[in-house]
Amino acid sequence: MNKLIVSSSPHIKTKHDTPRIMLDVIIALLPALIAGVVIYGIRALLVVATCVVSSVVAEFLFNLITKKEQTVFDLSAIITGLILALSLRADAPIWQCVIGSVFAIVVVKCLFGGLGCNFANPAATGRVFLLICFSSTLAGGSLPLITSNPDLVAGATPLPQIAAGAELPSLLDMFLGLRGGSIGESCILALLIGFVYLVARKVINFEVPLIMVATVFVLSLIVGGDVNVALYQVLAGGLVFGAVFMATDYVTTPITRVGKMIFAFGCGLITFLIRMYGNYPEGVSFAILFMNIISPYIEQWTKPRALGKRGNK
Amino acid sequence: MSKLGKIKLPHRKHTAEMKDSRIPTPSVVVLPMSQYIGAPAIPIVKVGQTVCVGTKVAEADGKVSAAIHSPVSGTVKKVGDFLLANGKSCQAITIESDGEMTMDPGITPPTVTNAEELCQAIRESGLVGLGGAGFPTANKLENAISKNIDTIIVNGAECEPYITVDNRTMIDGAENVVKGVKIIEEYIPGPQQIIVAIENNKPIAIKKMTEAFAGDPKVKVVALPSEYPQGAEKTLVYTLLGRVIPDGKLPSDVGCVMFNVTSVAFFAHYLETGIPYVWRTLTVDGSAVKSPKNVTAPIGTSLRDILTFCDADFDNLGKVLYGGPMMGIAAYDLDAPIYKNTNALLALSKAESLPKKQYPCIHCGKCVAHCPMGLNPTAFVKAMKIESKDERAEALQSANVLSCIDCGSCSYVCPSRRPLVENNKLAKNDLRATLASKKN
Repeated sequence: MNKLIVSSSPHIKTKHDTPRIMLDVIIALLPALIAGVVIYGIRALLVVATCVVSSVVAEFLFNLITKKEQTVFDLSAIITGLILALSLRADAPIWQCVIGSVFAIVVVKCLFGGLGCNFANPAATGRVFLLICFSSTLAGGSLPLITSNPDLVAGATPLPQIAAGAELPSLLDMFLGLRGGSIGESCILALLIGFVYLVARKVINFEVPLIMVATVFVLSLIVGGDVNVALYQVLAGGLVFGAVFMATDYVTTPITRVGKMIFAFGCGLITFLIRMYGNYPEGVSFAILFMNIISPYIEQWTKPRALGKRGNK
Repeated sequence: MSKLGKIKLPHRKHTAEMKDSRIPTPSVVVLPMSQYIGAPAIPIVKVGQTVCVGTKVAEADGKVSAAIHSPVSGTVKKVGDFLLANGKSCQAITIESDGEMTMDPGITPPTVTNAEELCQAIRESGLVGLGGAGFPTANKLENAISKNIDTIIVNGAECEPYITVDNRTMIDGAENVVKGVKIIEEYIPGPQQIIVAIENNKPIAIKKMTEAFAGDPKVKVVALPSEYPQGAEKTLVYTLLGRVIPDGKLPSDVGCVMFNVTSVAFFAHYLETGIPYVWRTLTVDGSAVKSPKNVTAPIGTSLRDILTFCDADFDNLGKVLYGGPMMGIAAYDLDAPIYKNTNALLALSKAESLPKKQYPCIHCGKCVAHCPMGLNPTAFVKAMKIESKDERAEALQSANVLSCIDCGSCSYVCPSRRPLVENNKLAKNDLRATLASKKN
């Protein structure tokens, strides 16, 4: 007798599985990685390699020790390491990179139940953790190797420069990333390539990064009254990087489309508030972290309305 | 009017160009009494009794039910218990065929002069909705007459992959579709318009239907985008008319009634011949079928007979499905019969049937974005983890689980391959059971 396989419908599934989505995110991060290495030198690669390897090894060992199913092959740990590294400066001390990665993976992700269960973005939280613990070595950004402006102050990034009223790199240099900053955050061009790729692959909706960036731009314009300053606010710091790669994280943002949009607006608003009125020159990771916390509530407020409950006009 | 969640599926309509071929008369047919939505029919034959093609062997039980007729001539071998593919059990009549296919001498075309007689005739024919759900057609006709109906929708969307039965009806049986629509126009006076809805991946059918109805100002042939689940009743009514069918209501509650196009063609055939609904045309396809075909077979023919006729690779059978790949039910036994509403039989290879690796839910929201009914399947997953029966029921109800139409879109798009539809089905049964126990 033939033994038939019996299971619930549907009997066909999409090819776009979770590892494929993770791979797409990794591919989308590559332009920023390459740009970072070109702009800040080969030391950047060491930071990236350290973060990626420590993230994967941390997850592997955590699963081994706690006798959980091995999950490193879903590629998500690589993304955490990659995003964390790209948000650090190229001369970050290696041991601090290791601590940040292990913190992001073990404390933020694995202890909450692994992929899909963490409430906060591991990379954003890891970065905030490092920034607070090691501000003496990790604040600001490293100096670019290639620049059109030789008078740039070592270690200074444009945001504190805006705050101090110092001379700024040109908008084009800002767009290309020829300025002080973190490895993956500076080259806006590379980030846009990644953004377009993710949208084209339908991994992310274009609205979230757009709303977050637009919120910062509009608020800066209203309060500052200067288009140029507002543009610097958009191009400087980790805004575009965070908007494309952290605020679009599935796990830690609301599940509905409207919810995601509210989340993006909140990220933009808090980023603006911290940058404008706070002590920290940069607010993107803090903003995302705060919005992660209220994400479940946004989801509650934006439940989809069932077709049968919509009523006839 | 907001756009409903839809998905793009591979079409795989390999049999779209193929006319149906008749299967050789099977030696045995098995007729389960529950082949549709509604109360199971009641057997009215005894073991040893001889029957002909079209002899009524089971009577409808109450209002929402359908009579069952013998599709072959021969002898009743068994009337006994039977386990359906959906896990429920009912009685079944087994008839051994004499190979003669002798027609019941009592068969004559019914006399129809008004709406009531049309309903009565269709009730006698045993017809159920042929699109898949299998709601007794006579009940729909009664709604169309008694309720305030302004639109009749003839559903030729056929949005599931592989299936081309309705497509062939519209091409080979265009004449019967036209006659069927004429019957509706003649006996059901209410409707001002009749819409024939077809997905745009069936250009020949659209052309045929447009030509066939060119002279009829009441009939509109509408080509719809090929997006799943375009043909689902509630979403199709919304797409065509912008009307929302409230939960727990029928299309007739919002002024329309929907018939599957092959059901409509059967009206004409039945009024002309009086032969009840005993033969089923179905698409036989899938990776384990060497010669995909549209097959016309007696209802009750075994899956084995049909798959043999289509040269299936029996050594490489993984799953055999009643219906399309999105909503089809997996058969557990090759000797089980096809039902009145079996519009396709798909045999999938072992490689295609084995479960794929699952990952944890990453909260991507694709299931929410693509749900045609505006639901959040992950909310049902969370609700089902609640231990208290009452709290669980409350959570499921507030998430509108009963709105789910089992279309399969959520599971299809899920990158982590979560068993969402399976959970939806369990959740619906769980909630219904809790609600029923509260009533008692």
